[in-house]
Amino acid sequence: MIEVQHLSKKYGPFTAVDDVSFKAESGEILGFLGPNGAGKTTTMRIITGYMPATGGKATVAGFDVFDQPLEAKRRTGYLPETPPLYPDMTVREYLRFVAKIKGLRANVNDRVNAVMKKTWVTDMADRHCGKLSKGYKQRVGLAQALIHEPEVLVLDEPTAGLDPKQIIETRQLIRELAGTHTIVLSTHILPEVAQTCQKVVIINKGKIVATDTPQALTERLSGSATIFVQAHGPADEVQRALQGITGVVRVNVTDRRDDVGNFDVDTEKGVDVRREVASAIVRNGWGLLELRPMGMSLEDIFLSLTTTETEAEDLEAEKAVVDA
Amino acid sequence: MRNTLAIAQREMNAYFASPIAYVLIGFFALLFGWFFYVPLAYFAEQSGQAGMNPTQALNMNQMLVGPTLMNTTVIMLFLFPLITMRTYSEEKRSGTIELLLTSPVTDVEIIMGKFLGAMLLYGAMLAVTLIHMSILFIFGDPEWKPIATGYLGLLLMGGCFLSLGLFISSLTKNQIVAAMATFGVFLMLWVISWISQFVGPTTQTVLRYLSLTEHFDDFAKGIIDTKHVIYYLSFMAFGLFLTAKSVDSERWRG
Repeated sequence: MIEVQHLSKKYGPFTAVDDVSFKAESGEILGFLGPNGAGKTTTMRIITGYMPATGGKATVAGFDVFDQPLEAKRRTGYLPETPPLYPDMTVREYLRFVAKIKGLRANVNDRVNAVMKKTWVTDMADRHCGKLSKGYKQRVGLAQALIHEPEVLVLDEPTAGLDPKQIIETRQLIRELAGTHTIVLSTHILPEVAQTCQKVVIINKGKIVATDTPQALTERLSGSATIFVQAHGPADEVQRALQGITGVVRVNVTDRRDDVGNFDVDTEKGVDVRREVASAIVRNGWGLLELRPMGMSLEDIFLSLTTTETEAEDLEAEKAVVDA
Repeated sequence: MRNTLAIAQREMNAYFASPIAYVLIGFFALLFGWFFYVPLAYFAEQSGQAGMNPTQALNMNQMLVGPTLMNTTVIMLFLFPLITMRTYSEEKRSGTIELLLTSPVTDVEIIMGKFLGAMLLYGAMLAVTLIHMSILFIFGDPEWKPIATGYLGLLLMGGCFLSLGLFISSLTKNQIVAAMATFGVFLMLWVISWISQFVGPTTQTVLRYLSLTEHFDDFAKGIIDTKHVIYYLSFMAFGLFLTAKSVDSERWRG
C-alpha cells in the first residue's frame, strides 16, 4: 500500500510538486499520468526515499519514508527513468550486488535466477550491462526492482524506449505482478494507463488534475457524448433531420461518398438519442448503415485536461494584460 | 557492515574490471621503482667507498628507505585524484546513485564501502612495493621496524588523501572537475608549510601542523608518535564526515 498526503517539493522558488495526495491499495496498479516535467519523477523519488519532501507525508507499506527510511526502502522496488546499471558488471554480478544491498542474505543465486527468468534476461546473464540494448537494460532494471520481492513497486516510465513487442510483454508482466505487489507506474503514453492501471492520477505542473479509474474518467469527461452515424441518403438532408432531434447539440459531416455519409452527432450530457436518430433516418426512407456511441479516448481526455488548463491560464494572462 | 563490504566489493570490481586499477598500479610501480633506484644507486656507490674506509658506517634505512617512502607521497599526490574522482561523480552521472540511495543502506555504509574499496586498491599498489623492500632484505640488512612504521605512515596519509578525494567527488557529476579540484587541494595541503619561515611563530606552528606531509617525517624515521596518528585519523574522519554532509545536502537540494 502506498499513501501520499499533501506532498510538496520545492527547488528554491520553483515548486515541482504541489500538495499531491493519492493512495494505491494493496495489489493495485496506479498510473501516474502527465506530460514531461509535470512532477512525476520527483514524486516517485520522494516515495522511494531518494529525496525528502518539502512538505507532506508519504507512507509505503505502513512505514513513513522519512521517519523509517530503511524499513520503507526494504519494501520498495524502484526502477528509475534510466535503469541504474553498472556498465562494468555482468547482469548476474549486478543482480547479485543489488540483492546484497537490498538486504537479501539467503538463496541469493536462486532469486537472481528467478528474476532473470521472469524478466527474460537469462540469455544475457553473463553479458556486461554496458553492452546491452536499451530493451534489455530496461528489463534488467525491472529485474533489479523485483529482486528482493518488495511489496511496493515504483516504476518510472517502465516501457520507455522499448520496441512494440517488448512494450506488450512488459505491460503483461506488470499486470501479472499486480496482486502480489502494489504498483505505481508513471507514463506519458496514454493507452498504457488504460491497458494496465486500475487507477489513474493525472498530474500537470506539479498539481493533481484528476484521480479516478480509467473508465470513470472517460465517462466523467465525455460530458457531451458523441454518436457515430453512417447513413445512406442525401448528406445535407440527413444532417438537417438529425439536427432537429431534441438533445442533439451539433451534427458534423465527417465524410460523404456517393450517397453514403458519415456523421458525428454530439449530444447533451446524459441524453441517449440513439433511438430517435435511428427512427428519424428510417422515417425519411434513408438507410441506416451504422450507429454506435463513441467514448472519448484517454488521449483526448489528457489533451483536454491539460489544454483547458493552459487555455484558462492564457485567458487569465490576457485578462491581466487587458486590465493593465 | 555487510552492506559496506558489498559496496567495497563493487568498488574493487569497478577498479579491476576496467583498466583503471592496472594503469594506476603499473605507473605507481614504475615511479616507485625509479624513486627506489636513484637512492639505491647512490647508496651502492657510497657503500663502495665506505668499504675502503671502514670507520664510516652507512645506514640503509636512513639513506635509502626513508627517502624512497618520502618520495612516494609525491606519487600519491598525482595518482590519488584518479582513484577518487569516479567514486561519486560517476554514480551521479550514470544515475546508479539512485539505486544506492533508494536501497536499505545508510549513507555512512555507502561512504565507508567506497572508502574501503579505494583503500584496498591503494593497499594493492603498496603491496607491489614490498618486492623492492624484499630485495633489500635479500642483499642487505635493513632494520624492519622503521620500514613497517614507514608503511603505516603511508597508509594513514593515503587514507587522508582518499577521504578528501571522496568528499570532492561527492560535490560534482564531472570526473575531470573532481580530479582537478582534488589535485589542487592535495597540492595546497602539501606546500602549505612552505611559507612558514616568513610568518609569525603561531601561524608557523598552525601551518606546519596542517601540512599532510610534515606529519610523515617521523614515520619515515621509524617513530610512531600518537600526535601524528591522531592527526591522520582525525583528518580521515573529517573527510568522511564532510562526504556524509555533502551526500545528505545533495538529497535536500535534489
